This record gives sequence, structure tokens and C-alpha cells, in this order.
Amino acid sequence: MNTVAGRGAASASPAIMAPGTSGVRLKVEQASYAYAATDRSAPKFTLGPTSFEAQQREIVAILGPNASGKSTLLTLLAGMARPLSGRIEVDGVEVSMLDTRTRAQRIALVQQESELLFPLRVWEYVLQGRYPYGKRLRFESEEDCLLAGNALAQVGADALRDRWMDQLSGGEKQRVILARALAQQPSLLLLDEPTQHLDIGGKVELLRRLRRLADESRYTVLVVTHELNLAAEFCDRIVLLHKGKCLRVGTPAEVYDRALLEEVFEAPLEVEMRANGRPRVILGGNH
Amino acid sequence: MRPLTPRRVAWICAALGVVLFVATVISLRMGAYPISITDIVKTLFSGAIGRWNDIPGEYRSIVFTIRLPRILLGILVGASLSTAGSGFQALLRNPLADPYVLGVSSGAALGAIISLIVAPHTPGAIQLAAFAGAAATTAAVYFLGRRGGQLDSGTLLLAGIVAASFLSAIIMFLMTTLSGRDLRGMAFWLMGDLGSTLPSNPLPWFEGLFLVFVLAAGAIYATSSDLNLILTGEQEARHLGVNVHRVKLVVYIAASVLTGLAVSVSGTIGYVGLLVPHLMRMMFGTDYRLLIPTSAIGGAILVVLADTLARTIVSPTELPVGAMTALAGAPVFIYLMRRRVR
Repeated sequence: MNTVAGRGAASASPAIMAPGTSGVRLKVEQASYAYAATDRSAPKFTLGPTSFEAQQREIVAILGPNASGKSTLLTLLAGMARPLSGRIEVDGVEVSMLDTRTRAQRIALVQQESELLFPLRVWEYVLQGRYPYGKRLRFESEEDCLLAGNALAQVGADALRDRWMDQLSGGEKQRVILARALAQQPSLLLLDEPTQHLDIGGKVELLRRLRRLADESRYTVLVVTHELNLAAEFCDRIVLLHKGKCLRVGTPAEVYDRALLEEVFEAPLEVEMRANGRPRVILGGNH
Repeated sequence: MRPLTPRRVAWICAALGVVLFVATVISLRMGAYPISITDIVKTLFSGAIGRWNDIPGEYRSIVFTIRLPRILLGILVGASLSTAGSGFQALLRNPLADPYVLGVSSGAALGAIISLIVAPHTPGAIQLAAFAGAAATTAAVYFLGRRGGQLDSGTLLLAGIVAASFLSAIIMFLMTTLSGRDLRGMAFWLMGDLGSTLPSNPLPWFEGLFLVFVLAAGAIYATSSDLNLILTGEQEARHLGVNVHRVKLVVYIAASVLTGLAVSVSGTIGYVGLLVPHLMRMMFGTDYRLLIPTSAIGGAILVVLADTLARTIVSPTELPVGAMTALAGAPVFIYLMRRRVR
């Protein structure tokens, strides 16, 4: 099913869910995966059965130390690999059943930008987000330009449109990459460590922007991150992974248990509850 | 925001088409027998509308039998090599990729020489063998150029150089089996030659070759929106809905066909596939929907002009056209390589 109400409207907001589906936008049911060097060799890494749900307007953080399975889970959510068992649904449709273009209309993945082979202007880069909506050999329509312009405006990068991609700062580039994802008009936004190369101001600004996008434009946002405090502050739900196992899913207050975090991150940590009901993690005294 | 439109592509291609026509007229004028530009245009016009009796006999012979077929061959070869070059650059995500640098032309030449020795009079055998040689070399260089599962720019170029020298050694070995007269012709052909392969009645021959060119270049052009995305990263292109595997397979086969086609009729003319796409990028930007057609026309212009110089600069002797393109292409290659290293 490709056509969803609201698709193609001149706004870079996500599609409204199809009638008949519940408020759940993303449903992960016992999804597991295993990597092996060859078909016959033993798995090098296994992601155990993982289950959680995400609603419209929710931001979900996938947390865990290195090699905990965060990127593997993101690969499954993006539809780049098929779960070994279980299922992943977006708007009631199994992700692995979608053809590549329909999938790109529903799910956008924001990663660190690859090195560009030839120089590209910001508007050309953002217009690439319209690729899933046309024929194979396509020329952009006025509507495509309008949507790309709206996407740039949504991330506050309107003034950058005529700049070259390789002349942008880390923060500016991150916003432009996000704008290309918004130009896809997805319902699910996946971000792979988006704060990695940003200073603290840039990190807060990005998370605020994602919060605004989720609240005002009904996106469901999934962020893979190492930032425990930013996740606690801005996210509605946390999926905590450790050594390929999904240890806990819940609100930050439910997941941020001192003993659990110390075990997962192998560091002395303290968790304090703030007045707004959101936890804060600080380094423990005996380090 | 000024996105590319089909109208803009058509206008730019039409303008380059005019330049190609001017280059063709200049090339028709140059040679041992001088013909004025006015006479050339009149002759071409009369020929185009079928009024052959209005054309003086010597003009008909010089323009339509000697010079024009060679120019048409130059157009075909230049367009094929440039389109293949722009395809290889996207396929291998390497701006220095070109059929000659990657050793693909040498693979095609080896295929062509083997077919000349084994089945010298079989129609179409040389083209098929050249395509097989080009395709096998592309596959070998692609796999040799990988490091840790990823295509590495430096390793890829080294693999191309190694493949070219290895294939050249086999070609030299095979050439020792030829007689003295054949050997000289073959050596000249290997350096790129447009003068020796034309049959006595070239029209049906050209029809077949142009049909193959249109199909292969059309296949690459059909993937140009996909190639734009692949150039920003294969993984990102996949996320945006590009079937990267299918696109790479199409471009790999079509670029190998174009290289095989060019080498089978003209030998190894180097650097056209490198020089022209870069020149077109500098003039019109990096969008493959514009780059592929402009590269094709630009390649045709370059080879026609290079061949005109090659056959007139040391007249009455001729230089191989490959020597002319290498004179221009090698410094550009070094410039691009140094710019990349910096």
C-alpha cells in the first residue's frame, strides 16, 4: 500500500497514518538477528529478541555501550536487513515486505554524510530526498522544490541553500542531512548517533529541533545515542541494549536504574531525579 | 533553487551539437586536397537531401568516401569512450576512473587481437571479443581494487595499472606471431587509429555500431538519477530507494560494451573518458542527467579534432590519434591526481 492520506501535500511533514491503524507507528515484535562471516560459520554477533513500540510524536532513544547491538537494531528498523525471527511493522505494514522506494517514503535514515566525490550545493543535496517519489529517470517538479524548501526551513537551514556541502560546519551539515530526510516525508525518522561531531550547544539544539519536529509535525523519531542525559531530557522512551540483549524498555525514569546502568556501562554512576520527573546521570564518586 | 529541466538538457546538447558540426566541417576541410568551407557545406547539404548529381565527383569521393566515414567513426569512438568514462567514474566512485587508466581498454584490445588471430573473417567477432575482454578486465580490476570489503581508490588505480601492463605483455607476446606488415598495422592500431578499420561500404557497418552505442549509452542514461545518488554514497543511495546492485550491473555491462565497441574499431585511444567528463563537470556541473549526454557530444568533438590534428600535423605521414589524446590527457590526469592527494 503506497498511498497514504496527506502524501504529496506541499509540506515536508510526515504522512498521516492510514485509516484503520492504531496510534502505534512502529511495532517491533521479538525481532532478532545474527551476523556471521560466512553462511556456515558460527554467528559473530547476535541480537536477541527485541520488542518495543513507538507512537506518533514520540522520540525513542536506543542506548547501550559499544557493541551492544544498537546499529544492528537500526539496520533492521531501516529495512536494510531482514530479522532472523519476529517482525518489524511501520504503520501496520511489515518493513521487510516493502519495496525499496515505498520504504524510503516511510522511513528516513540520517547517518553521518559520506565523503562527496564531486561538489554539491545544499539545495541539490536536499532535493535528493525527493527521489523515492518519481520514476527512475526523473526531473524535479515545482512541488519537489517547494517540499525541499520547506524541509530546509523546518531545520532552520533556509539561508544555507546555495552553499556548497563541503563548506558547511559540522552543525550546519547535520541540519542539511536532516532536511534531506524530511524531504522524504517519512513517518519514521531514524538517526544514527547524530550528536557525534557536535559541541554541547549543537547537541542541545539538535535534540530540541527533533522534539519540535515530533511534537508539531507528528514524526516518530528513533535516535541511537551515547548521550544518557540528553536522552533522559528529550526522549519519551528508552530501549536499553547490552551485549545484544534488550534489557529494558520504558520511560527514562523506568529505565535509569543506578545498578542497571552501572552494570551496562561498567562505570560508577549515580542517578538523581529532577523536579520535572526526568532522571539525570552523573559520574559516581569513586573513580 | 534551479533544478535541472529536460529543456535545459536539450538546449545545452543542441549548443554542443553545433560545436560538433563546426568541428566536423573543419575536419572535412583539412587534408591533402583543399576544399573550401562553402563547398563542404554545399556538398553536405546536397548529400543530405539526396541530390548527388549536384556534387562534383572529386568532392563526393573525398567528402563521402574518405573523410566523412572517418569523422563519423571518431564521433562514435569519442562518444562511446566518454560515456563509458563517466559511467565508470560513478560505478567505481572514483573520479580518475576511465577505460584506459583502468586497463579496460587493454582488456578489450586483447580480446580483439585474439579474435583477429583465431577468427579473422567472422563478422561481429572482433566486437564481441573486445566486449568480453573489457567486461572481464572490469570485473578483475573491481575485485582487485577492494580492500577490507570496500573499494579503495588507490588500490583500484594500482589494480588498473597492473592489469594494463599484464594485458599489454600478453598482447606483445601474441603480436610476435604476426607477420612484419601486420605487426606494424597492429602496433599503430594499438595506439589508437581511426584510418585502418573502415570497410569499403561503411554505411551498414555504421548503422549496427550506432545502434549498439544508442542502446548501451541509453541504458547508462536511464540510470543517471540513480548515479547522482550513488555518487553521494552507496549506503545513502540504498536508504533513498536506489537498487544499487541493479544499477551497478547495468552500468558495468553498458560501459564494458561501449569500451569494447570503441576499442574494436579504433584501438586504445587513451584519456578521452577521463578528460571529457571532467571538462563537462567544470562547465555544466556534476548532475549525471546532463553529464552523460554532454560527455558523449564532448567526447565526439575531442576525438574528431584530435584525429584531424593527428592526420594533418605531420602530413603526409599520420600520427595515431591515441598519441594526440594522451598528449592532452596525461597532464590532466596528473593535475587531478595531485588535487585529490592534497
